[in-house]
Amino acid sequence: MSIPKILGYRRESGKVGIRNYTIILPLDDLSNAACEAVANNIKGTMALPHPYGRLQFGEDLELFFRTLIGTGTNPNVAAVVVIGIEPEWTNRVVEGIAQCGKPVKGFSIERDGDINTIAKASRQAMAYVQWASEIQKTECSMDELYVSTKCGESDTTSGLASNPTVGNVFDKLNEMGATTCFGETSEIMGAELVCKERAATPEVGEAFMRTFNAYNDVILQNKTDDLSGSQPTKGNIRGGLTTIEEKAFGNLQKIGKKARYVGVLKPAEAPKGPGLWFMDTSSAAAEAVTLWAASGAVVHLFPTGQGNIIGNPILPVIKLSANPLTCRTMSEHIDLDVSAILRGELTLDESGDQLIDMIIRTCNGRLTAAEALGHREFVLTKLYISA
Amino acid sequence: MIKFLVHEKTDTVGVATEDIKAGQMAKGLFMDTQEPIEMKALKDISLGHKIALKDFKIGDTVLKYGHDIGKAVKDIKAGDHVHTHNLKTKRW
Repeated sequence: MSIPKILGYRRESGKVGIRNYTIILPLDDLSNAACEAVANNIKGTMALPHPYGRLQFGEDLELFFRTLIGTGTNPNVAAVVVIGIEPEWTNRVVEGIAQCGKPVKGFSIERDGDINTIAKASRQAMAYVQWASEIQKTECSMDELYVSTKCGESDTTSGLASNPTVGNVFDKLNEMGATTCFGETSEIMGAELVCKERAATPEVGEAFMRTFNAYNDVILQNKTDDLSGSQPTKGNIRGGLTTIEEKAFGNLQKIGKKARYVGVLKPAEAPKGPGLWFMDTSSAAAEAVTLWAASGAVVHLFPTGQGNIIGNPILPVIKLSANPLTCRTMSEHIDLDVSAILRGELTLDESGDQLIDMIIRTCNGRLTAAEALGHREFVLTKLYISA
Repeated sequence: MIKFLVHEKTDTVGVATEDIKAGQMAKGLFMDTQEPIEMKALKDISLGHKIALKDFKIGDTVLKYGHDIGKAVKDIKAGDHVHTHNLKTKRW
């Protein structure tokens, strides 16, 4: 098969990005104000405020560092200014990002105060953004992309048309040799044994089951009622979904029919090579997409039924829907309308080609609906309370 | 104009893509093979709800997406509405 060409930014690491952000990344909640001041001073930069980074510990702290370092490392980012309250953790993030070879510099506020820090960080941000503004896109190949997917506000049109459209694209991307990833651990309940069978090797299947069972244990510890009453949801049932299996198989349509996943990733962990990967994520849209951005994904495919409007600061989110009402009443949020599938006027192979074309246009510069509307949900996943 | 879609040739239920009235002959389409199919609806079936493509006895497995999505808990006739009143997960 011929692999389409796209325009991308080839980063120092060799990886391909499709956006060219200079980000101002706070280490912690206390440094949001300084980061936002820098982004206000220096046009073309973007602050990524978030509420965490203090007194986290253990696996939760590791996930926090992995997410911040991964966000800075993402090939859609050209350069990074990190600001933290104290130098030690700030440097840990700076050194983590520096490993991929891109320009990054850290500033800490203690002993200097906000105003001096903002002045110094603004000078650095200005140098970075002017440098980044001269980087040219070059011709790259579609198999160099890392594409993630998750659905949201799903309804029966998702299982019928928009999820299998993504599945068709995932089949095509995997055949090209691209990197792809799915997750939503909780939503796989009901299809977990079929999902286990889709692993490339029995060991990978067992790794998936360990991740799935760990999630199940958390649900059992924290539930206040029987999940059988909430999965499928009352809204799902009204829409025609009867069993949890039916809901889960509708979700799994996104991974296509052919590829087997080659590995199981921790949240925000980067894939180690091409192919289809499973990542342990929440099913909450903003949390999950933030984790994929931190794992290095440069395009995200988001099928929606009722109309989830999520975006991400550094990861373009392409939305597709097959629900004619959603496409009509929320048209500004939908990049690709695939409702013709429901009328029998469009095959999944054709809708898949349309979505591939939308990926190419997005790589080549088209702003997604979420980008144009300013959706920049940056939501860190927190595993448990801080110390 | 089609009224329902079937994911795979092996499936035993289809999904209404618009409201189907009881007694109506409804045209459908298999999404994998693009083959047509016709069923007479025995009940009203709303958009997004399932229509039986064969007769089921209590305990029979219902297939959608080519997979087991649960078992019939009442006898179901081809053309019936399939939902929580006659289909249950085997899990709980």
